[in-house]
Amino acid sequence: MSLDSQPPVAGPQVGADEWVARQAQRREYLPSWLGAGQRRLERVGWWPRLAIAGLAGAALPLLGLGGFQLQVGIDALVIALLAVGLNIVVGWAGLLDLGYVAFFGCGAYGFALLSSNQLGSNGIHLPTYLSVPIVVIGTGIIGLLVGWPSRRLIGDYLAIVTLFFGEAFVEFTNNVAPSKLGGPNGIVGIDPISIFGHQITTNAGYYYLLVVVLVLTMAVLRLLDTSRTGRAWRAVREDPLAAASMTIPVNRVKLMAFAFGGMVAALAGIVFAAQQISVFPTDFDTPILILIYAGLILGGAGSIAGAAAGALVVMVIYDGLLRSPTDSGYLFYGLILLTLVVKLRPWRRLVAVLAATVALGFALHAIVGAISARAVAGGPASTGWVGGALHDWVIVPASSQAAGNWGYVLLVCLLVALVQVKGRWRTILLVPMLYLAGFVWETKLAGQPAITRQLMIGAILIVMMNARPQGLLGARRVEVNT
Amino acid sequence: MAFFFQELVNGLTIGALYALVALGFTMVYGVLKLLNFAHGDLYMVGAYVGYFVIQWFGGPNAVSIPVPLLLVIMFVLAAGLTGGLGVAIERFAYRPLRDAPRIAPLITAIGISFFLENSALLLFGAQPRIYNTPDFISFSSGIQIGSVSIDAVQILVLALGVVLMVGLRLLVNRTRLGRQMRAVAVDREAAEMLGINVNFTISATFFIGSALAGVAGVMGGLLVNQVTPTIGFIAGLKAFTAAVVGGIGSIPGAMLGGLLLGVAESFITGYISSTYTNLLVFALLIAVMLVRPSGLFGRAQLQKV
Repeated sequence: MSLDSQPPVAGPQVGADEWVARQAQRREYLPSWLGAGQRRLERVGWWPRLAIAGLAGAALPLLGLGGFQLQVGIDALVIALLAVGLNIVVGWAGLLDLGYVAFFGCGAYGFALLSSNQLGSNGIHLPTYLSVPIVVIGTGIIGLLVGWPSRRLIGDYLAIVTLFFGEAFVEFTNNVAPSKLGGPNGIVGIDPISIFGHQITTNAGYYYLLVVVLVLTMAVLRLLDTSRTGRAWRAVREDPLAAASMTIPVNRVKLMAFAFGGMVAALAGIVFAAQQISVFPTDFDTPILILIYAGLILGGAGSIAGAAAGALVVMVIYDGLLRSPTDSGYLFYGLILLTLVVKLRPWRRLVAVLAATVALGFALHAIVGAISARAVAGGPASTGWVGGALHDWVIVPASSQAAGNWGYVLLVCLLVALVQVKGRWRTILLVPMLYLAGFVWETKLAGQPAITRQLMIGAILIVMMNARPQGLLGARRVEVNT
Repeated sequence: MAFFFQELVNGLTIGALYALVALGFTMVYGVLKLLNFAHGDLYMVGAYVGYFVIQWFGGPNAVSIPVPLLLVIMFVLAAGLTGGLGVAIERFAYRPLRDAPRIAPLITAIGISFFLENSALLLFGAQPRIYNTPDFISFSSGIQIGSVSIDAVQILVLALGVVLMVGLRLLVNRTRLGRQMRAVAVDREAAEMLGINVNFTISATFFIGSALAGVAGVMGGLLVNQVTPTIGFIAGLKAFTAAVVGGIGSIPGAMLGGLLLGVAESFITGYISSTYTNLLVFALLIAVMLVRPSGLFGRAQLQKV
């Protein structure tokens, strides 16, 4: 006799489902009116909120976003879709999947092979309505196969197996069957996606397609989240042993998370391949994985909206703002100022720190300038009014390479020291550190946006995990004392 | 047959290097149960330290001090700096997360790794830095057994590797600090209750483990002859493989796993093809994990409730 065959009990149910559902509702809200706003927003219901966000996203190109902004938007939406998929595996099921980007690659390469001249004598050019389901389901099956070891592997081992799966994917596409997979040269000449007989060939078309796909995926995932499976995932994340003893089939639930995550990644890969018209092994390497993680962690693992919003923010900064010296200057100083305003209390201390920093800068600049004109000969790298305002504040030597390097090392050391000291010393240390941050930015970081943005991604992961592990949007779950 | 022995020697040399990196990795895992993804990047930092020491003393062509002294300075400085860096990373990033969910320090470790790699890119640039080992340690200074030649750098790496491994084994098994490390690895709370300074023990473990990675970095620089910011990632992957094959958390396992991995790689490259080396090594790893998830020398974990 199996328990499953019994009819559902009417009335209040007590069991794994109920417990997890109640557990999930215990959360902390922001203080005062922010919390009230949060509660009110929650009462609106999820689908009107999602619809509004989707419409707003779709309206953006109408405001006159040009080619570059549109490309940034497309990249951001692809990463957002990936982050939402990764949220299933990492945020809900609590499995650290370090090979997630390979599923993205599987989707892209699968679609590329089925819609180009690569296979056979004349190539395969499957219509979209056939190739998309084949690739998505195929990637889901690969997800199951990769997740298979997780049946036996506890926690950390899974991270290693998936990491190696990700690496193996890059090695595989680089080296195996170059005539089919193209090796490092990738696959080019991929067919566009066609929907209802209409081929999408413009960037604007792909932007709208991505908005629609992202909104639909988020809606489906939201339904999945509140389903029995969604609750099972969270139960497994919190405590696999307790979940198992409450009759949740832990292994099957983990495998399902892998398969679902892989399928969402495959969707992103398909759109990515069709939009780029080409795929290369390096598109699916570790930096992209870490980018997805940064988005997920910034927004808050475990929340769909958080994952999408975090990824969008990270990508707009990464791909858009950090490329122009003016925008990146605003962003850098703006973020520092914002952090200080939020973190420094009372306001008297904030004013004192800011005034001291400004005074220190002008004083240092005057002293160093009087000693040697060459030491202040280079202007700040930031342009726009930020650069103008900083001209007499920050010291930029004529040849700034070595100075910038030492400044960077010193800045990192100071930062570590700042975290270790407490009380008054922290406030005092903050002043030279802020000045040093400005110095390093102007001499080194602003001039090398390609590296700066990677540093930012790494910093997001470290800082968020230490300062606010639930992410900017995620709510901290109230721990239940056992 | 000569080819076989030549490949064996080459494999053992590379394997000694992997083993040293894997040792630090497995030690940290032992005391903190944390996969330190940043460990490979400490290897990279060590290699850079070695490079700058060579430049400091006049460059490879005109070394201003005796070569043995230069080597000693390289190894000591690299060990000290990477060890300090490891301790700082633990203090700054991992200690606040010691009681957080398991996934939090892992993600932090990935962030640290990415941060270190890109810091190196920022500070030293992407262009490879060349050690030019043959300029100050001549190729002909090695030994020749039949048709198998072992050059001086290989002898150095093998000898130092063996010395360090034996030393570490003695440290862990015979000294007070080693006993404390083992106690913390078994049960941190119980160790704390018995009066062991857990924070100090963990810091010491990080120092020793990171210093080993730094030493391995210098060895890698001497052997491979060049340093780039990305070598850390590959070294980290190899160290994972070695540690996992040997059984993660087991010190003899990491040593044997490293040697095994080096020899396997060398034979795959020599007898099959260098194109598929990494792919086959990954396949080997996944096969080991499927058949024996606790590694070749590890004990199966008991799940505590």
